[in-house]
Amino acid sequence: MTKNNFSRRGVLKTGAFAGAGLAMPTIFTASSASAFTNAPSGSSVKFGFNVPQTGPYSEEGLDELRAQQLAVEHLNGEGDGGMLNTFSSKVLDGTGILGKKVEFVTGDTQTKSDVARASAQSMIQKDGVIMINGGSSSGVAVAVQGLCQEAGIIFMAGLTHSNDTTGKDRKANGFRHFFNAYMSGAALAPVLLNAYGPDRNAYHLTADYTWGWTQQESIQASTEAIGWKTTNNVLTPVGAGDFSSYIAPVLNSGADVLVLNHYGADMVNSLTQAVQFGLRDKMVNGKQFEIVVPLYSELMAAGAGANIQGVYGSMNWNWQLQDAGTQAFVKSFGEKYGFPPSNAAQTCYVQTLLYADAVTRAGAFNPCAVVEALEGFEFDGMGNGPTLYRADDHQCFKDVLVMKGKENPANQYDTLEVVEVTPAAQVTYAPDHPMFGGAEASLGECNDGA
Amino acid sequence: MLGLNRKDTILMLIVIALTLGAPVLLNPFPADSAMAQFNAGYPDLMQRFVIFGILAIGFNILFGLTGYLSFGHAAFLGVGSYAAVWMFKLLSMNVVPALVLSVVVAGLFSVLIGYVSLRRSGIYFSILTLAFAQMSYNMAYSVLTPITNGETGLQVYSNDPQYLLGNGPQVTHLFGLEMRAKAVVEMGGWTFDFSVGYYLAAIMMLAAFYLSLRIFRSPFGMMLRAVKSNQNRLNYTGINSRPYTLAAFVISGMYAGLAGGLLASMDPLAGAERMQWTASGEIVLMTILGGAGTLIGPVVGAVFIKYFENIFSKINEHVLHGWFGWLPDGVEDVVTWILARFVGEGWHLTLGLLFMLVVIFLPGGLVEGGQKLARLLRRSRPDGTTPSNTPAE
Repeated sequence: MTKNNFSRRGVLKTGAFAGAGLAMPTIFTASSASAFTNAPSGSSVKFGFNVPQTGPYSEEGLDELRAQQLAVEHLNGEGDGGMLNTFSSKVLDGTGILGKKVEFVTGDTQTKSDVARASAQSMIQKDGVIMINGGSSSGVAVAVQGLCQEAGIIFMAGLTHSNDTTGKDRKANGFRHFFNAYMSGAALAPVLLNAYGPDRNAYHLTADYTWGWTQQESIQASTEAIGWKTTNNVLTPVGAGDFSSYIAPVLNSGADVLVLNHYGADMVNSLTQAVQFGLRDKMVNGKQFEIVVPLYSELMAAGAGANIQGVYGSMNWNWQLQDAGTQAFVKSFGEKYGFPPSNAAQTCYVQTLLYADAVTRAGAFNPCAVVEALEGFEFDGMGNGPTLYRADDHQCFKDVLVMKGKENPANQYDTLEVVEVTPAAQVTYAPDHPMFGGAEASLGECNDGA
Repeated sequence: MLGLNRKDTILMLIVIALTLGAPVLLNPFPADSAMAQFNAGYPDLMQRFVIFGILAIGFNILFGLTGYLSFGHAAFLGVGSYAAVWMFKLLSMNVVPALVLSVVVAGLFSVLIGYVSLRRSGIYFSILTLAFAQMSYNMAYSVLTPITNGETGLQVYSNDPQYLLGNGPQVTHLFGLEMRAKAVVEMGGWTFDFSVGYYLAAIMMLAAFYLSLRIFRSPFGMMLRAVKSNQNRLNYTGINSRPYTLAAFVISGMYAGLAGGLLASMDPLAGAERMQWTASGEIVLMTILGGAGTLIGPVVGAVFIKYFENIFSKINEHVLHGWFGWLPDGVEDVVTWILARFVGEGWHLTLGLLFMLVVIFLPGGLVEGGQKLARLLRRSRPDGTTPSNTPAE
């Protein structure tokens, strides 16, 4: 520094200013006393739909957004009512929620935890939303769930499959309707046993992050329970694009099943390359080589094209189911948008209705009253059969679909067929299961922000 | 005042006034009006404005003064965040140790990366920093999961040790003053939020701005400018320029660490994507958009980009229909369809177009635009004072 003109007076003056500056924040005390965060006033209530609109999972995100808008229409009594007509709880009558019209704001998470939290913060602080729904990745869902817990509003998770969301990261203000990795494993194992026999060696390729690991752990546990051996588990970087260097060693490993714990574009690439390597035409140990993709989605199936034919996987829901709830939803979604909804869309639609229903049954928007209404709630008519929102971890328990890539698809949406509907009892686990954080995991206290 | 000349003092005072008055200035529309969509005066976004302002000010010390274009600055932001969250997990939710550690850790990390990368200049330096940052990102995302909690992001759990917590608050605070505490003032239709977190970040930014002002005006700053104009000539005169560039690199890394620590203090979660190359690119964009090498430019750029990211991305087709409902049906659909490409999920497109316009017509950034405007106004004044020819600072 060139000039050092510290005079006694100058130092005193600066000190005084600094002191005043430091003292200033003390005039701020906690915010004005309202009953709970964003208590709705006036004739409307606001929901926040926080989904990826750009980035790798934007397809899923935009489909979720369509379903959420449809749900709001149905709640406000526009359109044909969709699943409101088949829902076992009849308190919603198409006049909004508790007489208030439902409005919504949307945000872009870009599938990044940081951005998702910023977007959720702006919904809470600026738009005054009472509930946030969405998320197309487990990392984002866990991050936003934590934020909603702190802020004192309800989080209704969208597409998130990792065990952690309702496992070690479970929160009192967060609820998940979607199934999880453990359920995928438990549903797939018996089907795989029937199709491929008990004497198999599995080779896992796993996306190298939290979701991939929990899924791999779950699938390995449930396949080993039916007598399979695990030859190897190789972690692959997310978004690798080229998986050939990971697939080549599979040929000489002695394994006869390849399990791809990948999602989205990664799964499309790894499956396509595995098929191009001729894995599925190989005979190993006298048995036909097989590929398994534990978590399926319609959008991935469309991306992988003919390569998925005959490949097993699991899903939360599929538009081809024949129950009344599914048919009502597919009909109103199809009429509005011109194509069938994905299972990401269904879970967000159902979550929005479930929240509205819980508020109405509780008779209040207070988050703690809503938590109480949702805990242990049993319902039907939403496309998944009889479903329970378990109080211990806020996870929905319902049937899981085992799917297979269709051999002769009739049209571009007809890519998967339902092989088996695994009953809920078979995929149920104890709330303190070691894969779900063990005995340490707890929901904590419900927070209404007061 | 405080070692600044008159012009700088005025600039400093303007920045102080704008920063402290932001909660009012950024909420120009009544909360119930349709235009409230464009209000930016809520705590979270204002915090982001000043925190990314700090980041861009620091980046500008390196890029604006020495001309070294680092494409890996997000790594220091991420390291700072992780350090801060670890302090919350191990000690208590007080932000002071967190901020101190985040600056120290980011400083050490930047010594390491700077020492290696600064052996090269120009494009090779950029690529080296990019490689280091992307390496940090990938490691944080997978290999280092025990430290970073991978994709989920590092957060504070109730069973963390927190040795100094005692009966202290469970949310981030400054000696008991909670970051999220705020005073809400309602005036007619307007609502203003004055939050503790924002004012802490704002005071930090003012300090950072003052320090950068002093660096720009010091002999050290002059030496950095010499590196930018001709490093070879500097070397031939017998001066070893590397200590200067390394010092600038480390200072700017520490600024990024402070920004990362502040981000974690406002919201105790650190995700790996904070280090991704797109985040580094965003810092470069902020600086260039606002005006590289100018004092105030980077802050303007940071505010601009964060505003677009948070405000424009939330205008969806539903909102547009609300605005243009008065148009005839066919026309309304066409107008909303066209506009919807530029807002909501299309906000990147708008930002891209603006960036192109700025780079083509205002190579000096938005600050140059402001100066041109000011000159135009001055010229139209009758007394005909000649505009000064001093370069932009």
